[in-house]
Amino acid sequence: MLKWFKNAKKENRTDYLTYLGVVLAFIIIAILNNAGLLPRSRAGQLVPICCYIVMAVSLNLTVGILGELSLGHAGFMSVGAFSGVIASQALAASIPSAPLRLLIAMVVGALFAAVAGFIIGMPVLRLHGDYLAIVTLAFGEIIKEIINCLIVGSDANGLHVIFNVKGLKTAEDLNLLEGGKIIIKGAQGAAGTETISSFTAGFILVMITLIIVLNLVRSRSGRAIMALRDNRIAAESVGINVTEYKMMGFVTSATLAGAAGALYGLNYSNLLATKFDFNTSILVLVFVVLGGLGNIWGSIIAATVLTILPEALRGFDSYRMLVYAIVLILVMLGTNNEKLKIFFAGLAKKAKKAKKGGA
Amino acid sequence: MGKVKSVNDSPLVPLPTNAFVPERDLLKTPILETRHLGIDFGGLKAVEDFNLIIGRTEIAGLIGPNGAGKTTIFNLLTKVYQPTRGTILFDGYDTHEMDTVALNKAGVARTFQNIRLFNNLTVEDNVKLGLHNDIKYGMVPGILRLPSYWKEEKRSHEKAMELLSIFNMEGMASWQAGSLPYGAQRRLEIIRALATDPKLLLLDEPAAGMNPSETAELMENIVAIRDRFQIAVLLIEHDMNLVMSICEGIAVLNFGKLIAKGTPEQIQANPVVIEAYLGKKHGEEA
Amino acid sequence: MEFLSYLISGISLGSVYAIIALGYTMVYGIAKMLNFAHGDVIMVGGYLSYYAMFSFGLPWFVALPASMIVCACIGMLIERLAYKPLRQAPSLAVLITAIGVSYFLQNSALLIFGANPKTYSNPFQSVNPDGSINAGISLFGGQLTITYVSIVTIISCIIIMLALNFFTSKTKMGKAMRACSEDKGAAQLMGINVNRTISITFAIGSALAAVAGVLLCSSYTLIQPTTGSMPGIRAFTAAVFGGIGSIPGAFLGGLLIGIIESLAKAYISTQLSNSIVFAVLIIVLLVRPAGLLGKYVPEKV
Repeated sequence: MLKWFKNAKKENRTDYLTYLGVVLAFIIIAILNNAGLLPRSRAGQLVPICCYIVMAVSLNLTVGILGELSLGHAGFMSVGAFSGVIASQALAASIPSAPLRLLIAMVVGALFAAVAGFIIGMPVLRLHGDYLAIVTLAFGEIIKEIINCLIVGSDANGLHVIFNVKGLKTAEDLNLLEGGKIIIKGAQGAAGTETISSFTAGFILVMITLIIVLNLVRSRSGRAIMALRDNRIAAESVGINVTEYKMMGFVTSATLAGAAGALYGLNYSNLLATKFDFNTSILVLVFVVLGGLGNIWGSIIAATVLTILPEALRGFDSYRMLVYAIVLILVMLGTNNEKLKIFFAGLAKKAKKAKKGGA
Repeated sequence: MGKVKSVNDSPLVPLPTNAFVPERDLLKTPILETRHLGIDFGGLKAVEDFNLIIGRTEIAGLIGPNGAGKTTIFNLLTKVYQPTRGTILFDGYDTHEMDTVALNKAGVARTFQNIRLFNNLTVEDNVKLGLHNDIKYGMVPGILRLPSYWKEEKRSHEKAMELLSIFNMEGMASWQAGSLPYGAQRRLEIIRALATDPKLLLLDEPAAGMNPSETAELMENIVAIRDRFQIAVLLIEHDMNLVMSICEGIAVLNFGKLIAKGTPEQIQANPVVIEAYLGKKHGEEA
Repeated sequence: MEFLSYLISGISLGSVYAIIALGYTMVYGIAKMLNFAHGDVIMVGGYLSYYAMFSFGLPWFVALPASMIVCACIGMLIERLAYKPLRQAPSLAVLITAIGVSYFLQNSALLIFGANPKTYSNPFQSVNPDGSINAGISLFGGQLTITYVSIVTIISCIIIMLALNFFTSKTKMGKAMRACSEDKGAAQLMGINVNRTISITFAIGSALAAVAGVLLCSSYTLIQPTTGSMPGIRAFTAAVFGGIGSIPGAFLGGLLIGIIESLAKAYISTQLSNSIVFAVLIIVLLVRPAGLLGKYVPEKV
């Protein structure tokens, strides 16, 4: 076993260590949780943390690995959340097993988000840089408004959907049969959802996400995606189809966000579409940027710490976003300014020297 | 799109009488033929009536003063720019409908004047990206690491190492491409282009920034590459020593127009070329 | 008549967007960056004029220039501290920094001014002798009312647009700006102080944002820390729509976005008005990747 590990390539070794770290973290937290050692507020955060890890890792695929800034990642989470909630609520009678229903909901959420990603990707990926960023932002807002117009219910006849364009209709207009239930009430969002998400499911989703993203990056397709990031013209000159691989990266990212959304949606009995607005997209972007573009490990840690931290420092809450803003600016300045870079590199060298000198 | 054709199924195109092609390539369809090729930028005719033929295993040079439109020709040949006028026949087929990717799949590979490597990837990954269309497994087998992934990755690793050995760069395989010294970056670009299994290799100033001994080595290597892979090479170069000693045919471009074609001896003796490079003599101006 | 009134409110709204979009476009033209924080400068301008008018009791024609000057300084300060060190950085880094600045302004405002919306009384109206409020001109026997705010907005937009056009084409500083937006290196070699030019561009853009802030708050009669973000994004849409970097483009884009939004709200759906605006943007970008009046510059190989 150890020999096999030693023989593995360097980047593969990093991947195995990442998996190992996540598994260990899960085991420790699960034991603590079962023993009742986690405070209630922390225990309630376990599922959201998993969701945000998946969101951050998947956005890193778009921003860090494909190299295109997406400002609408929460939109895919939203699509996944509401389609997942609809699937789970509509199937509640026919599939009593909660884990199975959660699995189906997550697959449905992922599929819908993939379709949304594909539809959005077609126009978006023809643009570059700033234009692409602003159009993803636009799509995020469009998704939010469209979901705000949805009224969905289910009864013995199946699903009933109203698209409430004028804002004049209510759940009454669904004309549900006796025993039917309302799943989404337009701007009031999903209400009365049976919460079936679990930490174990979250852990499994995180692992699947890691395997997909890390293995993709180390494969032929992932190399092509990174080649587009580094130099699109050179990539074309060696026969790499730009649209195909941009789309691959973008849709994979959307799909994972959709699965995370479904898990998130089924963790709360009430859910508003406004939860997944521009601010959420930015929050996830902050995780990615602070964790390091292209650095999967960094995304996991940033998502975890920055989800726990504000809750842990409740009194500090009003300053949270202010601190985020300052940190975001400082990190960008620190990592992109030549003078500051040299300054930090100098500090690191000194620290190393000091360490060597001491030893 | 991108159907790779074998040498023999291309239609035989008769050579125009004024074309220069080395004797050994005479009875075969030329690898590249351009007819009345031209492109306008705004109102400016950047390239006009460009006619060139390159034999299957010829090493050809494209020279001319700065701003003559040499790199523009490369961009036209690889469809980075769409020609305004004229036809490009590659391997006997019209490339009218093809884009950069399709042309690469058909067998045109190039390097860039301002080096364009995948700077954040390793040297080996850069070569493997050249092998991209040769590696046969898709996204899902890659994610699931099916046997085809391991098999193809192993094969492409070996192939990449073999290609790197042309320039003795195996030892640098795990370096980051962006951190290579300048000369090595130029060589890596050539290897990456070669990895796409081209029939025509376009080199844009391969010796730029190299010292004389590096240039001499590069010259040997270009000839060796042609001999080993039996491909045609078209190069843009300002180093006249390099051009005159390895090119079999030379085309001279000035102000977007072809002013001379022929063997190195003919070009060196051509008064029009001398005038383009040195300007008119004082006496003649009056 | 109904249509006409929606159209006029659309033009008025569009004029505000155009003023904001002019700021976006000038900054983009010269610094080649999306100043995401531009929308939040509007909010800052709004608050400054709010305190100037309602705490210090200054008339609007004093409050407006005062908040323009302060906003211009804030704009230059932001540029100096956050954007200037990133001149050579990839655009992704600059954009993320701009988002950071936007969040910084919003959350500072949240801490300083509080989350609750404040009532911003419209300064562009008069009180009749009988105590009723005279907010606009009544036409067609009261069927159509054009508010004074609308009139002021539309007129200021036209003045600003003409002044900017004159400034960039006739004055020395304006020509320097155009030179910098074409090629910073060459401009520097010609003796133009690039840093100062960029700084002044930010100052002008931010001063315009302050004007937009006053006009926007006067017509909505409310102000809160997030006041600037949505108009900012719509105005940005307008700038891209018209062709970012182009001054007439920003004007045209702003007007069109305002009219589309107003008509969409009236005739299609209030809930989907943003979606409709954004959908139009996406379609325009697909047909013309550089916007209506923009120039498409392909990457040099």
